[in-house]
Amino acid sequence: MASPVKVLDTFGSGFVHRALAALRLKGVPYELIQEDMSNKSELLLKHNPIHKKVPVLLHGDRAVCESLVIVEYIDEAFNGPPLLPADPYERAMARFWAQFIDQKFAGPFWMSFWSTDDESRQGIMMEAKQNLLLLEAQLQGKRFFGGDSIGLVDIAGSALAHWLGVFQEISGVALLTDDEYPVLCQWAKCYTDDETVKQCLPKRDELVAYFTANKERYKILANAMLQK
Amino acid sequence: MMAGGDELKLLGMWASDFALRAKLALSLKGLSYDYIEEGLSNKSELLLSSNPVHKKVPVLIHNGKPVCESMIIVQYIDEVFTGTGPPLLPADPYERAIARFWAAFVDDKLLASWVQASWAKTEEEKAEGQKQMLAAVETLEGAFIECSKEKPFFGGDSAGYVDVALGSLLKSARAAEKRRGFRLFDASKTPLLATWAERFGELEAVKAVMPDVDRMVEYAKMGLAKAAAAASAN
Repeated sequence: MASPVKVLDTFGSGFVHRALAALRLKGVPYELIQEDMSNKSELLLKHNPIHKKVPVLLHGDRAVCESLVIVEYIDEAFNGPPLLPADPYERAMARFWAQFIDQKFAGPFWMSFWSTDDESRQGIMMEAKQNLLLLEAQLQGKRFFGGDSIGLVDIAGSALAHWLGVFQEISGVALLTDDEYPVLCQWAKCYTDDETVKQCLPKRDELVAYFTANKERYKILANAMLQK
Repeated sequence: MMAGGDELKLLGMWASDFALRAKLALSLKGLSYDYIEEGLSNKSELLLSSNPVHKKVPVLIHNGKPVCESMIIVQYIDEVFTGTGPPLLPADPYERAIARFWAAFVDDKLLASWVQASWAKTEEEKAEGQKQMLAAVETLEGAFIECSKEKPFFGGDSAGYVDVALGSLLKSARAAEKRRGFRLFDASKTPLLATWAERFGELEAVKAVMPDVDRMVEYAKMGLAKAAAAASAN
């Protein structure tokens, strides 16, 4: 009998979405356990003592942490359509671009949207835009980074597909625009329209409300990041 | 044995932790390759065209196709050369996830705080980096217990993914110990890691690629001198 799968979750997390998208694409049923990140549960602290963050995947008595580690675990532990290519070289490419997204987009994008230091922000935004161009080039006429179906890189980039629009609306800063990145914007639409994946995407208006409410906090965080 | 017609080239830099990881993996697997030493300031056309995104070493070029990023290279080597040498990652998906988690921890927590401890602008930030570095090593002592399951290496009977990720830091750790008596793996604080470090360092495959400690000490001195000169020039 298959062990139950649970995911420790918090509203609006792009990282949690990665785990959920992978589970849905593999056809694995799961239960969500909502965490209040300002009051972390014993369960969370027990299963992710190192980082104390979500997502955490609980599979029977196993706990897996770190969103992309979780996605690869899901791909390897369960049957269902593969999330990574079969060829080792293509797998290395997929891992490279997933890592690129993780390393290049979080920090610079955060600072681009929220920081109030206009001068420093310009340089960071330029870097962010260059990195978006690199991603755009990777799509090269494919529907998804994974080819015909959603794969590791698409899942890694899901925040670009769904969350970026929300941040752009709230902050008034436009990074990913149709005219500059037509292929990437088309990909974003394909991702968010996908029948399987859209079931675990948070509602856009709820994300807008949530992030708007926390706007001032993000500005402080972004300015602090700029100092480093 | 490598299949007929397999051509492996590694673009590296002798003092780079990340290039050392690729060398360790190749060495542990018993694979032969052409090594090309890259200068830090004068990057070759081959490097720039093989790694246009980051323009950094290591790059493994297998039959003309480049693979970049150290731990991605390690996984690639493991997946392609399955019949050659010991496996670097376990077969079980959960154990693989644990190995990937800890390798990421080495980079995000240990290496990052070491960089802060060495290069941060203020003494305060350096001290904080040092503190975090030592905390990370203590956490890794627990990781060793979890991964090794009472066997000699993180990878079990033979050195694997996490051994390579952490073991590459021995290069700089030994230099730091020689230069200023600083022990990254202190037997009084992290006894298991201290013996693991000895054991890993004694492997023939590791000795074959680990840079000479005196050369590392000289290199570190040069780096500090340059940084001091740059700081005083501002």
